[in-house]
Amino acid sequence: MTHPLRGRAAVVGIGSAGCGEAPGRTANELMAEAALAAVADAGLALHDIDGIFAATSTHAFPTLSVAEYLGIQPRYFDGTNVGGSSFEAHLLSAALALDAGLCDAALICYGSNQRTAGGRLVSMSEPQAHEAPYKPRHPITAYALAASRHMHQFGTTRAMLAEVAVAARAWANLNPAAFARGPLSVDDVLGARMVSDPLATADCCLVTDGGGACVLVRADRARDLKHPPAYLLGAAGAGWHRAVMCMPDLTITAATDSGPRAYAMAGVLPSDVRLAMLYDAFTINTLLFLEDLGFCAKGEGGPFVQGGAIAPGGRLAVNTNGGGLSCVHPGMYGMFLILEAVTQLRGDAGERQVSGLDVALVHGNGGTLSSQCTALLGTAAAL
Amino acid sequence: MTGPGPESEYRAHLRDGRFMIQRSRATGVHVFYPRVAVPGTGEQDLEWVAASGLATVYAITVNRTREGAYNVALVDLDEGPRMMTRIDGIETVPIGTRVSARIIEQDGAPLVVFVPEQAA
Repeated sequence: MTHPLRGRAAVVGIGSAGCGEAPGRTANELMAEAALAAVADAGLALHDIDGIFAATSTHAFPTLSVAEYLGIQPRYFDGTNVGGSSFEAHLLSAALALDAGLCDAALICYGSNQRTAGGRLVSMSEPQAHEAPYKPRHPITAYALAASRHMHQFGTTRAMLAEVAVAARAWANLNPAAFARGPLSVDDVLGARMVSDPLATADCCLVTDGGGACVLVRADRARDLKHPPAYLLGAAGAGWHRAVMCMPDLTITAATDSGPRAYAMAGVLPSDVRLAMLYDAFTINTLLFLEDLGFCAKGEGGPFVQGGAIAPGGRLAVNTNGGGLSCVHPGMYGMFLILEAVTQLRGDAGERQVSGLDVALVHGNGGTLSSQCTALLGTAAAL
Repeated sequence: MTGPGPESEYRAHLRDGRFMIQRSRATGVHVFYPRVAVPGTGEQDLEWVAASGLATVYAITVNRTREGAYNVALVDLDEGPRMMTRIDGIETVPIGTRVSARIIEQDGAPLVVFVPEQAA
């Protein structure tokens, strides 16, 4: 039976601003510029926006901040913050609000100037009382612990993790907008400075600036706008812990819960997905999510990515913008997964375009593998 | 309920040199970190029991900083709960290593760390 929310809303506008380095610009400015770009891309006017969804690392009340800045008086707002996956969660709540008639045009937005403001990850995440005395350098320590466990249980190697970074760079080399471009080999990754065993600098995402935004409307209106709509076919969120010490099994994420529910709502299978946008804050993420979202069996993520299998020309297109590892990562990367999936579904991805694409999976991750939000977007052919 | 909560009681025990965790009287389930109820089921019949201090390393990393290298580990207590800690006095140990607890002082506060069992 078709889920009543399937295909009821669509992403009709996308925008970004200052991705990479944006010296002298504030987070508000980048968020607003991205929002304006997304509204214009949709062919709408600012006064059409009556639903605001936002999360950042610097705003206590981001929906209020962005609405004030843009001069919007929203009828509906949702500032759910579950870390970097917040924007995938917002896709679902925006679709609900649109379908219920609580708003008619939903703007989801994000902005950060962490690179030029300080050069390191900015986070409002409070220290966890029973972790902080041991001086974890979260988020990397948490992901390194997960990698250590994955290697122990499944024989995953650093070279397999390195393949993830190498594939991301190969895609970035096809994306003129990617921040980190140029050659990168498995040996380069293995030789990079170790930060938190077994993760080296090249296993870690970029620290960039950047704003991103998208606009959703109901499907009936979407068909009349400028671009081919990217319909929201299904979405689901899941969370099993806050602090990594409370994660039940460091090799199994809550994507094993969000994924199947999102697939079920969308009425698609992993084998229908031609593009997987997976939140790659660290190389281990991509392996975990390939496994947990059904692209390979648990423990086989390492062998799955070997031999360029997720690089251009491989068996599955993964993170075609270059990912958080090589394209952009302003601290909460989830918005940029959506922007790339929509670009690909429109057929606007240039040299890196995935051919024959009707269904794209977007998977956001937040905190220390804490929140997992999966969404499936599709073209009209997927409806 | 009145008086100090479980977090405060846990720290008071540590200051007195005791590593205590909670246990549900009815179900026998052990709880760490200290809570007002058993997570998931909500029993509020938690009492303090001395932790055996015995544990197995579940995951471990070494943070490498300008100031030096130190490990951060997750260990599974024999009673069931998992906790974050440091395997003290050694750069790293293999996952699966049996370890036992020590209370040390760090930054003016008591802290539970672990050492490999054969060194205990």
